[in-house]
Amino acid sequence: MSTTEFSSSAAGGGRQTPSPVPPPSGPLARREARLAWGLLTPTLLSVALVIILPLIAIFWISAKPIGLSDLRPTTPDVYERMRGKVTAAGDKAVIEYRLKNSSREKPIRSVTMTDQWPAGLEAKGLDARCTIANGMISCNLGDWEPGYNERLRIDVVAGSEFVDSGINIRDSEPVMRGEASSELFSLSFTWDNFRSVFDSGEFLEVLWVTLFYTIVGTIGALVVGMLAALMLNKSFSGQGILRGLFLFPYVAPVIAVAFTWVTLLDPFSGSFNALLVQMGLIDTPINFFGQRPLALFTVTAFEIWRYFPLSFLFILARMQSIDNDIYEAADMDGASPFQKFYYLSLPQLMGILSVLFLLRFIWTFNKFDDIFLMTGGNAGTRTLTVNVYEQAFAISNIGAGAAVAVVIFGCLLAFSFFFFKFLSREEGL
Amino acid sequence: MKQGYLLAGVVGILWSLTIIVCLTIVMAFSTGLPVRPVWFASALQGAAIGLVALYLPSRILGLLISLALVLGISLLQPFGIALGQNSLAQGIGVLILGLGLYFPLRAMVQGLPVGRLTRHQFEEGIVRFLTGFGYVFFTAIVIVPFYVMLMTSVKGQQALLLNPLDFSIEWEKGWGLFRSYKELFLEHHFGRYLATSFFVSVATVLVTLLFSVPGAYAVARLRFKGQAVMSRSILLIYMVPMIVLALPIYVGFSMFGLRNSLFGLLLIYPVTTIPVALYMLQGYFRGLPGEIEEAGLMDGLSRLGVIWKITLPLSLPALASVSLYVFMIAWNEFLLAFMLLDDPSKFTLTRGVTMLNSSEVPRQHLMAGAVIATLPILVLFLGLERFMTKGLTAGSVKG
Repeated sequence: MSTTEFSSSAAGGGRQTPSPVPPPSGPLARREARLAWGLLTPTLLSVALVIILPLIAIFWISAKPIGLSDLRPTTPDVYERMRGKVTAAGDKAVIEYRLKNSSREKPIRSVTMTDQWPAGLEAKGLDARCTIANGMISCNLGDWEPGYNERLRIDVVAGSEFVDSGINIRDSEPVMRGEASSELFSLSFTWDNFRSVFDSGEFLEVLWVTLFYTIVGTIGALVVGMLAALMLNKSFSGQGILRGLFLFPYVAPVIAVAFTWVTLLDPFSGSFNALLVQMGLIDTPINFFGQRPLALFTVTAFEIWRYFPLSFLFILARMQSIDNDIYEAADMDGASPFQKFYYLSLPQLMGILSVLFLLRFIWTFNKFDDIFLMTGGNAGTRTLTVNVYEQAFAISNIGAGAAVAVVIFGCLLAFSFFFFKFLSREEGL
Repeated sequence: MKQGYLLAGVVGILWSLTIIVCLTIVMAFSTGLPVRPVWFASALQGAAIGLVALYLPSRILGLLISLALVLGISLLQPFGIALGQNSLAQGIGVLILGLGLYFPLRAMVQGLPVGRLTRHQFEEGIVRFLTGFGYVFFTAIVIVPFYVMLMTSVKGQQALLLNPLDFSIEWEKGWGLFRSYKELFLEHHFGRYLATSFFVSVATVLVTLLFSVPGAYAVARLRFKGQAVMSRSILLIYMVPMIVLALPIYVGFSMFGLRNSLFGLLLIYPVTTIPVALYMLQGYFRGLPGEIEEAGLMDGLSRLGVIWKITLPLSLPALASVSLYVFMIAWNEFLLAFMLLDDPSKFTLTRGVTMLNSSEVPRQHLMAGAVIATLPILVLFLGLERFMTKGLTAGSVKG
């Protein structure tokens, strides 16, 4: 049974397999094809922009030595003020521009400044780099090295027009322009990010944690979901209510349930620990999210708890579509309940189980929110996905984060290749 | 071990332990009493009542003996504390314990002989126990976290530190029970977060439908080169983890100043849902009879006219499922909102709840935030479960 089939059977219609005959070519067919591509264009464009482009970008970024701070553009800074009091026409004053390159690493090239001066100000002894035309001062400030700092002073004489208007010189902001190279767009590449990711001793641990979380989480959710489905696979009143109830963990926002688990399992004020102590099962509260390797088991248990509803839903749907006749026949032959399950139900469920396993495997591998919200990747729960975030934002090394992301992508390609080869043979996907 | 009395005894012990644990939790949560199971007595009670259920056909007599056993074997302390403490609650507890032990056990051993069991009977007994255990276990693991979430949000900080197990409602506080909610709405702007989340989710649904309906129709109905590839590869997009996309999106948005804008968020959200919506809809469109559409074409409708006037009205149930599913994804989305929004005036609900997870904010505020985030989606789910379940099934296993 393929995924396509449950979508259509769930949506209420049988699927017609596309005809193997090649589509006829002619003006009508061409028009139809054009229309089809037209209808698909918005989707394809958006997918290309939001999925494909970032995927390419991640490879690019992973070969760049950039950190979080490099994302802010390097721009020339300016602070403008007037020194000296102007009370009457003919008073002298100085207009001062404080110019600064606040970046400590990057130069800014070809800096220019333009500023609108209020009417009635006359410059005396203008800096050679500047010119004034129609009350607009423009300066060519050249190249600034990192940390560049200058005070550009211009002596002015105020005319009566300026004094009367009472305009503040700072009412018009100077406009600064300059070219700063961003590391992001340069054509120099480095292996440093990958090296730092692979060299750090924790990479193997991250890999192992990811594998444990993925495999145990996937199989656990499948088995628990199957048990729940077996239990509800008989009609009785209240079955619908229970079925709806069992879907709660999956439907509720991850943020709500994750924080609830954290609250529930808290070693100091958590109810679960208090309960265990009161029942006499433990003496001192257990720190479920704070200690190795328990934290990993706890987040895996959470994963199973949150996603068993999905396997439950699918397996139940499949079970209910199994013809009852074979069970009646088996009863006639005196088969026991376990025999019926093992020899009749399980083979029928194998298809959906393997599809679920493959898909859930990949999605558990990709899971980020749950662990991030519960432990933040501490106490030996850092999976590859959490590591992306850790590297990029906690250590502020975007490049290294991207390198981990590339590793994830590589793993996924390998999985998909393997799985889809397997799937297309076994399940006709 | 395949003897009726042995099976009844063992099943009785296991069932009794299950029931006593659940009842202890219920009693502790609802009364705050320091109740605890007396393990040995419970096991003994279970074995005894299992045998009573097996040997004694009379229901009333069996129930009475069971109640007597519950009280007798535990030396009048069925919950590990003197019956004098909150006698009413304990009395009800004993009654439930007696009923919960006797009747399920009776159902489990019903029809089993006292002596040697056939394989069929033996397994049947075990399956019956496992089913009963499953009902209790699954209901408990699903309900307890949500119950704790809800009850913590209406408790005071002091009361919870004093006894983390006491989730009894302090009725005397009246409207004061909702203090956390009041503070969230008045001081933490949760009203605005709620509105933002609602707006973002609805907009995501609309944009998703706008894009995916024509695409799905093309894949399902029109013949063109690459149709088969398209319908199969569309789901491959779901194999790409969000965190891998989120990083370059963060970089790009930082450079183009799209971070901290709902517009930026709305550029991304629909694209994450379009593929699955397209996939679900094309499955449904395929199942619609093509003849009606052909009749429409004959009568002079254009293709777009056919989609608008014939296909869409016929697909309303599927559209409802898809919309609900997409709404749920957008409403629950956390990662992108967390990474892209820093400005509290633009937070979505999930992003707002993250802010409450700090040591300076009391736990009940966090839980109240969780309840506010959960309630709309659960209400929607319960009200439209039929569509939602279909959406979940058809939406395949996106996590």
